[in-house]
Amino acid sequence: MDVFERIFGRSSSSASVAKKRLQVILTQDRTDISLETLNVLKDEIVSAISRHIEIEAANVEVTISNDAEGYRLTANIPVVSTRTVRVRTAGARAPRRT
Amino acid sequence: MAGQVITITSGKGGVGKTTATANIGVALARRGQRVACVDADIGLRNLDVVMGLENRIVYDLVDVVEGNAKLRQALIKDKRLPELHLLPAAQTRLKSAVNEAQMQEVCGELKKEFDFVLVDSPAGIESGFKTSVAPADQVLLVVTPEVSSVRDADRVIGLIEAYEKPTPQLIINRLRPALIRRGDMLDTADVLEILAVELIGIVPEDERIISSTNKGQPVALEDHSESGAAFMRIAQRLMGEQVPFQMFAESPGWLERVSKFLRR
Ligand SMILES: Nc1ncnc2c1ncn2[C@@H]1O[C@H](COP(=O)(O)OP(=O)(O)OP(=O)(O)O)[C@@H](O)[C@H]1O
Ligand SMILES: [Mg+2]
Repeated sequence: MDVFERIFGRSSSSASVAKKRLQVILTQDRTDISLETLNVLKDEIVSAISRHIEIEAANVEVTISNDAEGYRLTANIPVVSTRTVRVRTAGARAPRRT
Repeated sequence: MAGQVITITSGKGGVGKTTATANIGVALARRGQRVACVDADIGLRNLDVVMGLENRIVYDLVDVVEGNAKLRQALIKDKRLPELHLLPAAQTRLKSAVNEAQMQEVCGELKKEFDFVLVDSPAGIESGFKTSVAPADQVLLVVTPEVSSVRDADRVIGLIEAYEKPTPQLIINRLRPALIRRGDMLDTADVLEILAVELIGIVPEDERIISSTNKGQPVALEDHSESGAAFMRIAQRLMGEQVPFQMFAESPGWLERVSKFLRR
């Protein structure tokens, strides 16, 4: 642990690594969602988002985990530029959710 | 009133089921409860040794099931605690020597005479595990704060639910406060959050467990060890008493973190 972690937390301690690993392992043990399904999901997410935003497709991570609040599908998507890719269907604004 | 059958089990082997069974049995008996400990680990019996009763075995569980002995003849009475009894496992037989229905019948008989029937389950999730869980009114799941033990515990929770038994209650064993403080061991909150089951006790790692096992004198026979006290609190909770949980450095304060830093 480095100085900051010693004082402010234990975010990269072996215990917290163990906890994060367990959350991933158990979610896979408990569900029927395979790694293959997650990879297909990842490809589809990448292609959907790339139509609008420039992202680092190679570094996208899609994981399923669960905690006290339930299962959670998380996509970690590094963005290359915040300028939006020009969208072909411009003008069609999504209706606001009520 | 009929007693309850409590099966002590785990996912991973060697995490402390037998130690827990012996000590919870001792602790309950010290509180005046009538207790029968049943060794369901047929072929690899150990509960007799941990309890220090190995020299008194005449008949065993398989003898009872096969009709070679009466239950009363096979039960060993512990001379140190008049309320404590052991039904030993057979050492030279296979797990398949006792099936679920037979285990249920034996435990059903014991329940009539004892307040608590504690079943020490074998390692693994094969037939022996299922047999030992079959008679349970309540299941205690022993886990150590390690990745493989927690993972296997999770699997067993699923199996126990599939058998339509009540959700097990957790015993976290071999907790090492110094490692937790350093961030090198999962703490109680971590394990509970991951497994999402109720806690019934935390037992610290304690050298005395090794020396007491050497002598065949479970730590819970005496008052002065931390682990013995932890088993006593589990026994009290099983009896329905409200006993506060002892925290073993689970949430170190900032001062402690800083002072540790200063020392180096
Ligand atoms: N809290 C503890 N502190 C120190 N040592 C412990 C503790 N709990 C258990 N042990 C030791 O761990 C070892 C395994 O314990 P035990 O035999 O009770 O496990 P088990 O789950 O019954 O094993 P098996 O799966 O083989 O039946 C023993 O040597 C025991 O003394
Ligand atoms: Mg054992």
